[in-house]
This record gives sequence, structure tokens and C-alpha cells, in this order.
Amino acid sequence: MKRLLRGGRVVDPANGKDGIFDVLIDGDRIAEVGTGLKADGAEIVNVPAGLIVCPGFIDMHVHLREPGQEHKETVATGVASAVAGGFTAVACMPNTKPVNDNAGVTQLILQKAKEAGLARVYPIGAVSRGQKGEELADIAELKEAGCVAVTDDGLPVATAILARRALEYTSMFNMPMIEHCEDQSLKGDGVAHEGPIAASLGLRGIPGVAEAITAGRDILLAEMTGGHVHIAHMSAWPTIEAVRQGKSRGVKVTCEVCPHHFTLTDDLLQSPIAYDTNAKMNPPLREQRDVDAMIAGIKDGTVDVISTDHAPHHYDEKNVEFDRAPFGIVGLETAISITLDKLVHAGVIGLPRMVELMSVNPAKILRVPGGTLSPGAPADITILAPDLAVTIDKAKLVSKSKNTPYHGWSFKGGVAATIVGGKVVYRNPKVEAGL
Amino acid sequence: MDVARNDAPAAPPLTELKHKHLLGIADLSAEEIVLILDTAEAMKEVGRRTIKKVPTLRGRTVINLFFEPSTRTRTSFEIAEKRLSADTLNVAIASSSVVKGETLVDTAMNLEAMSPSMIVLRHASSGACHLLSRICKAAIVNAGDGMHEHPTQALLDAFTIRERKGKLKGLKVAIVGDLLHSRVLRSNVLLLTKLGAEVWVCAPATLIPVGMQQMGVRVTTNVDEAVEGADVIMMLRMQLERMQGGYFPSLREYFTTFGMTEARVKRAKPDAIIMHPGPINRGVEIASEVADGSASVILDQVANGVAVRMAVLYLLAGGTEHETVA
Repeated sequence: MKRLLRGGRVVDPANGKDGIFDVLIDGDRIAEVGTGLKADGAEIVNVPAGLIVCPGFIDMHVHLREPGQEHKETVATGVASAVAGGFTAVACMPNTKPVNDNAGVTQLILQKAKEAGLARVYPIGAVSRGQKGEELADIAELKEAGCVAVTDDGLPVATAILARRALEYTSMFNMPMIEHCEDQSLKGDGVAHEGPIAASLGLRGIPGVAEAITAGRDILLAEMTGGHVHIAHMSAWPTIEAVRQGKSRGVKVTCEVCPHHFTLTDDLLQSPIAYDTNAKMNPPLREQRDVDAMIAGIKDGTVDVISTDHAPHHYDEKNVEFDRAPFGIVGLETAISITLDKLVHAGVIGLPRMVELMSVNPAKILRVPGGTLSPGAPADITILAPDLAVTIDKAKLVSKSKNTPYHGWSFKGGVAATIVGGKVVYRNPKVEAGL
Repeated sequence: MDVARNDAPAAPPLTELKHKHLLGIADLSAEEIVLILDTAEAMKEVGRRTIKKVPTLRGRTVINLFFEPSTRTRTSFEIAEKRLSADTLNVAIASSSVVKGETLVDTAMNLEAMSPSMIVLRHASSGACHLLSRICKAAIVNAGDGMHEHPTQALLDAFTIRERKGKLKGLKVAIVGDLLHSRVLRSNVLLLTKLGAEVWVCAPATLIPVGMQQMGVRVTTNVDEAVEGADVIMMLRMQLERMQGGYFPSLREYFTTFGMTEARVKRAKPDAIIMHPGPINRGVEIASEVADGSASVILDQVANGVAVRMAVLYLLAGGTEHETVA
């Protein structure tokens, strides 16, 4: 079956396109993007003016919690949340129970994803067996089963020697090692960014340098081994500085930032709700200097990807004393609105750069299809409604968990529809997208 | 003589607190602090009577919910409550449902269902009182939450200083000890700076919180500099775990570098007073000669704790029966 999306603004930086074009979908593939395309028996969709047609957005840092923590999220609820947030694909972290360190767990996740349909799911395997930081997991087996990268996320790769081995080993398979940067001795039992606010609230601190030290270690190891390290969820200014320097030397290093780290500071720990456990994430919300550094990196090209670090937790788990609450917030359904409002409408970046950050680059880094509307590419399309007024209501989140610090926030910009493999998997009831 | 008279604002003096709970000194205005201190003076008088009891909180239930061991603070609150004729009960961690895996929120909701007027909470987690205040209708009194605040300690310290010095404004107060982990430090810094004292804090560099400088205090690692010309020397307890945590090499070295000795006290004003929230570690942060010396007001602090806590409970209860105290 063919479908012609007619007359929308197409932003497809992989092909250098930004303008009014028709997009012809043939089955699950893009057939052609151009002007005045012939309908030729296709279903015609007139895309209303003002909407933006982009290659599908890919969130390369998501916790789907299955297997083992299905009370927080399942693959099915996670992908439903993803498509409602405008993502056509997600890459899911291996810190499940059991850890995704073997083909069996990978296959289970892929099977659940297949049953759910909706978004594509790319599992990420563990670097070390059981994420224990001792010996390498069976990475070739993980790759064969469908993992697109490895990481010990939730924890850093424990030692320099293990990180070295992992970078050497993954380079054989052309896959990145994703690093959760955090020197464990400096983190200690910290629960918040180390600074004046944590000091006044009596919360144990995690200095920004704890992140930068591990990033620095891995960038040097990537340089030495020729492996590809991807620095996850950067939060601290010295981390982005380390990445910038590494890139300038030609190191194979890429990096990502989450929306909360370019919009929120540790002030959220004290106001409007003191000790709000939805302001607790790892890495923690830091200071304005750090937020400014993230925005500068997004603007100057140092940052490759905006990911969400979608980390669902059950209400009961967050409704406890601050230091006992788990780290993390959900992010799939807020990322596009935050990015459109705080980066695009704020004039930091244009739409093509946003599409690079959320579609083109994640596909490149993970070496997965997508990120482009080239003929033959999967018909994965995110349609944005950049002027839509959106108010975040945690009760209406599709995710099984509601742990967001953005409840009640209003943003300009949202998702109109999400198409995966040519099928419309999400329609925003508040937007007339012609679909 | 006292702060209210010396530093009286132009507006008419306060007669009640603007807050339902006492979560921390951070929420209190200077006027509210002065109101508590002034009220505590009347309460102290009750403690001098033969029959140390007034009917102020008669018929009100106060629960002392203590998740950390405490002798001084819990006893002090309990005496204060009994002198105000409250119905009081103590829930200690060993006998609570927490050992059965109940969450703080569930414990609080269950206690709340029995309609107490107030809950006095001591808890190891910073912010535990804030969490309770969002769940309970009862007034929450912070009796120490993690490394955050211990507001009644700071209030009794201020009361003791004011009693000895007649004022707080302009006094040099040197606070020496484990700044990083101390809730007493945080409450005292907030209170003393609000009332215009010149606060110096001193600790090994490993025990100074990042951002301390932004709390309106002078920070030094030189104890002699901190003590020089001080009106008040306030020592903080040094816990043995800190040494094991690698913050300093040995208790002996801590004492020689930061311990309050008679020689160091001589650098302070001749009439300087020595304070300590207790329990003291003799020969660790303070020499016995100093703790037991004539400048020490450590036991006055304990005595004043009861009056200050009576004032806090009375004011949080609404302060409507003032005639029963006078």
C-alpha cells in the first residue's frame, strides 16, 4: 500500500532537505521525497501547514525495565510511551533483572517488542557479565542476538582495564561502548549535585568532576584503542569540555545530553517542592554553569544526541525519604516538547539540528536504519506540531510510571503523529494531521 | 536587654508564628525567632516553680517519633510536653512497624489517623520532616533530620547566648567541628546570621561542605583565627565514623589541630562562653578542662532546651492560651 504525505515541511538533514515536499511511502519503506509527486493510487494525506515531517526520532537511552521490574514499565508500555512521545525507535539499557548480558534476555526483549509493535526496540547489552565489572559479557553473542551497543549503564565500566578491553573488543564488531560516567569513589553515597543547595539541604553531594574523570579516562582509552566510546547523559561542564577536546584530536567519541540537564538546575531540589524525589536523577541536576555548557555544546555541535534516560519508577518507590528514593525520571513523552520550546523556539538551534540530534545521529552512532528519508529507508516518520500548546499532566502519561519533574509545565511544541514502518502508530488527538 | 528590645522592628511585635510546622530555621523570619526566644523566657519561669506544669496543651496529643537514638533531645521534648500538660507518647524505632518494612509515609498516615496534634520527628534522612508535613494534618516539629536541620537546638543555643550576652547582633560566634555532616551547624548558621551575629566556621578542609562560603559565614581551617576575639565558641561533635571515612587521619591529630584547649580559648574574649550540643567527646573536639570550665554553658544549653521546646510547642499549638503561662 502506498501513502503520499503531501505538502508538509520536510526536514531531512541527511539529504540536505528543508522545505515543502511530498513524501511517498511504499509499504514499510520511503519511496521518494520530492515536489509534485504523483499519487498513483496512493492514499493521499494532506499535511496541514505548520507541521513538520521528519525522519523518525530515535531515543538511544531508555530503560524499559523488562524483564524483572515490570511494575515500573514493560516493553509494551515503554514503546507505547515512546510513540506517544514521537519516537519511532528506542534503545534499551541492559540493567534489567536479570541483566541483559546474554542472548536469552536480548531475544526476550525483542520478542516482547515484536508482540507490542509500535516502536522499534534496539537492545543494548552489558559490557560485563551481570554488570559486575569483572569480566566481559559474551559480546559477540549479544551482537548476534540483536544488541546494537554495550554498556554497564547505571554504573560505569568498573575499571580502566575493563574499559580498555571492552573498547578493543567492541571495535571488532563496529559497535560503540556507551559509558555511564561516574567515579564511584567520588560519588560515594551522594544523592544530589555537590554544591551550595545540597549543602544547605543536608544532602550528600556528587561532584561534577566524578563524571568528567570517567569520561576523561574513556576518551583517552578510546584514543589509545581506536574504539568508539559514547558518553551517556552528560551533566557537568568539565565532561563536555573533555569530549570537545577529544573530538578535536579526532578520537572516536560521541555524546548525549538529556532534556533535564539542559533545562533544570539543582534549585529544583528546594523549590517548588523541597526534597522532591522527582528532582532526583543520576547524574544529578547541576548548576546553571553546567546547563549553559550543555546548551553551548548543543549549539556548537559538540553534543551529538539528545536522549531521555527514560527511567520509570513506581509511585511507591519515589514516595519515600529523598535519600532512599531511586534515581531517575521518565522522559519519552516530554523530550520533544522541551526541545522544541527550550532550544528551537528559544533560538538556540534550528529544526534541522534538532532532527540531527534526535534522529540522524542516534541512527549513525548505533549503526541502525533510519535517521533519513532516503528512498529505501524505513518509513519511520515523526510529524511535529511545533506551535502546539502542550501542558504536561503526569496522570495522562502513557508510560506505566509518572515520575516526571515537568508536571504542570507548559511548552510550545509537541508531536502530531508517529509513523513506524509506514503504519501510523500514534495520532495526537489534539492535532489535525490529516492522517 | 534582649534582642526584641534592642533590635525591635518598626512593625508591632509578632504574637504568633506564620508557619504550621517547624521544619527548619530556614523558614523562620528574624521576628519569629525573637518571638520564640521571648516566649521561652516565660516558659523558663514555669520550670522554676515547684509545680512545673501549666494546662496549655491539655487534651492535645503529641507523638515523639524518633527513628534515631536520642537521649537528650527526646527527653527534653518529653519534659516540655508534660510541663504543658500534653498527652505524649514516644514511638521509637525498635518498637515501631519500621522493622516490619513499613515506609515512613505509611507510618505517618497511620499515626495521622489517630489525630495527634503534633508529631515531633527525629529521622536519619534529610527532608523527612518535609515529607511528613505534606502528608499529615498534625504540626510537624523537626527534632533533627539527617544532615539538614535541628532547629530547636539552634533556638536553645540562641536563647543561651542571649541569656549570657544580652544580644546576638554583632557577636563573633566561632563554630568548630564537623561542618559537613552537622544539622546543628546548618540551623545555627541560619539563625545566627538572621539575627546579625558574625559567624565563623572552622573545620578540616575535608569536612567543609562545598558552597559553605555562600551561607553568609566566614570559613577557615585555622582554629586560632576562628577563635580570635570570639564571644562564643561552639563546638560540634566529631564522630568516630568520620575518621574511618578518611576525613582525617586520627583522633589524636584532630585534637591537636582543632581540639578546643584552654590555650586556644585564651584567644577568645575574656568573657567568651563555650557551647556544645552534646554528647561531648572529651579529648577529641574539646578538652575536659574547657568542657568543665567556668566559661562552659553546656549544661545551661540542656536546661534551656526544655523552655525553648515548650515555647515552640506552645506557639505551634496556636499560642491562644497565653494567660495560663503568665
